[in-house]
Amino acid sequence: MKDVVRAALDNSLRTSAILLVFAVVGTAMLAFTHQRTEPNITRSQQAEKLTLLDQVLPRSLYDNDLLASQQLLPPSDLLGTRQPSAMWVARRGAEPVAVALEAIAPDGYSGNIHLLIGITADGHITGVRVTAHRETPGLGDYIDRAKSPWIDQFTGTSLVEPPLRHWRVAKDGGRFDARAGATITPRAVVKAVKDALEYYSRQRTALLAAPAQGVPSP
Amino acid sequence: MITRQEILDLFRNGLFKQNTGLVQLLGLCPLLAISSSVINGLSLGLATTLVMAASSGAVSGVRNFVPNEIRIPVFVLIIAALVTVIDLTMNAFVHPLYLVLGIFIPLITTNCIVLARADAFAAKNRPLHSVIDAVAMGLGLTLVLLMLGAIREVAGQGTLLSGIDLVFGAEAQRFVVHVLPNYQGFLLAILPPGAFLALGLLIAANNWNKARAEQRTRAAVPVTA
Repeated sequence: MKDVVRAALDNSLRTSAILLVFAVVGTAMLAFTHQRTEPNITRSQQAEKLTLLDQVLPRSLYDNDLLASQQLLPPSDLLGTRQPSAMWVARRGAEPVAVALEAIAPDGYSGNIHLLIGITADGHITGVRVTAHRETPGLGDYIDRAKSPWIDQFTGTSLVEPPLRHWRVAKDGGRFDARAGATITPRAVVKAVKDALEYYSRQRTALLAAPAQGVPSP
Repeated sequence: MITRQEILDLFRNGLFKQNTGLVQLLGLCPLLAISSSVINGLSLGLATTLVMAASSGAVSGVRNFVPNEIRIPVFVLIIAALVTVIDLTMNAFVHPLYLVLGIFIPLITTNCIVLARADAFAAKNRPLHSVIDAVAMGLGLTLVLLMLGAIREVAGQGTLLSGIDLVFGAEAQRFVVHVLPNYQGFLLAILPPGAFLALGLLIAANNWNKARAEQRTRAAVPVTA
């Protein structure tokens, strides 16, 4: 009897030890890979972010380090955000010339549409890009610049041009095109861009006054 | 080591006789979710093949040290660790490719075919055999994904190879084939039901083909009195 218990105990100890060895080796492998890849991954993510920012804010506009100017904005209904969202301030010299805002269109066809919106200091759109969405492939996904140039029609617009009542899709009597059969998606984007402009015009002074990070304040 | 006949058998098994998508019906979750276009299907298929080859090789290599009772946790650990390593490595060193394939990599972990092959084959066979078996199985899956993707893409969007520019750069855009010009699109084919319908048709075609082949062999055997 004693022998049987002993054998069972031995066996389970041995099995646990083997499992432990595998767990330790696996963890070590992951830790090593993580350590070796992390700098590269951070670099590519930064580069990726900058590529995206380049699409909404032309580099010729500013001369500061845009990535370093990132700040967090509190959640806002006009931005459609429930969590703090990022904002970048482009400056030429000390003068703020434009901002890039993250915004969310909460009323897409299937869930949130994440947007990155560039706005000049005087309230004109320099560019809009969809950064994440789950709209129907082949139908609502033409808002994605990789699929179609639809989103370019926002460039140069402001709250004055077109006038507020024309900030709708053409089907609703507005100025922005939408493809037949898929109007929910563009409607959501048009509204989100308008709201972001609205947000900017209300918060303009506070947004632009925000100190540039990385520059020691006097 | 391994004979030519064995390699042939492994491939015939993986591609046709035991095809994961059409015969074993394993790993259908990513299969159905991703097969909305040819490029998506091909990308997921190749990524899965890579993961399967690596994990089968690793599992086979340690098979003699793993007691039977804990083989599943150990295999899961190996597969998860390998997938994470591949994920991180791709992210760090082939970032453009990662942007396209990255979303598929975590999906592969959920693909039970990887674990199924590790347990059913790699745990009982030598590493070389196991890797070849995994590659064959992965290619079989890729084949099904390609066909599904082609059916759904043509029916849904009227194109083939759309999105190829995301993998091979903007110049590859010209390889996109517009099979049906001015096509209005057929949403059902792109949404999940389209995946089930298309897969059902493929399985039916495969079974029909098999039944016909059987009939032919039966007819070919001379009846001896």
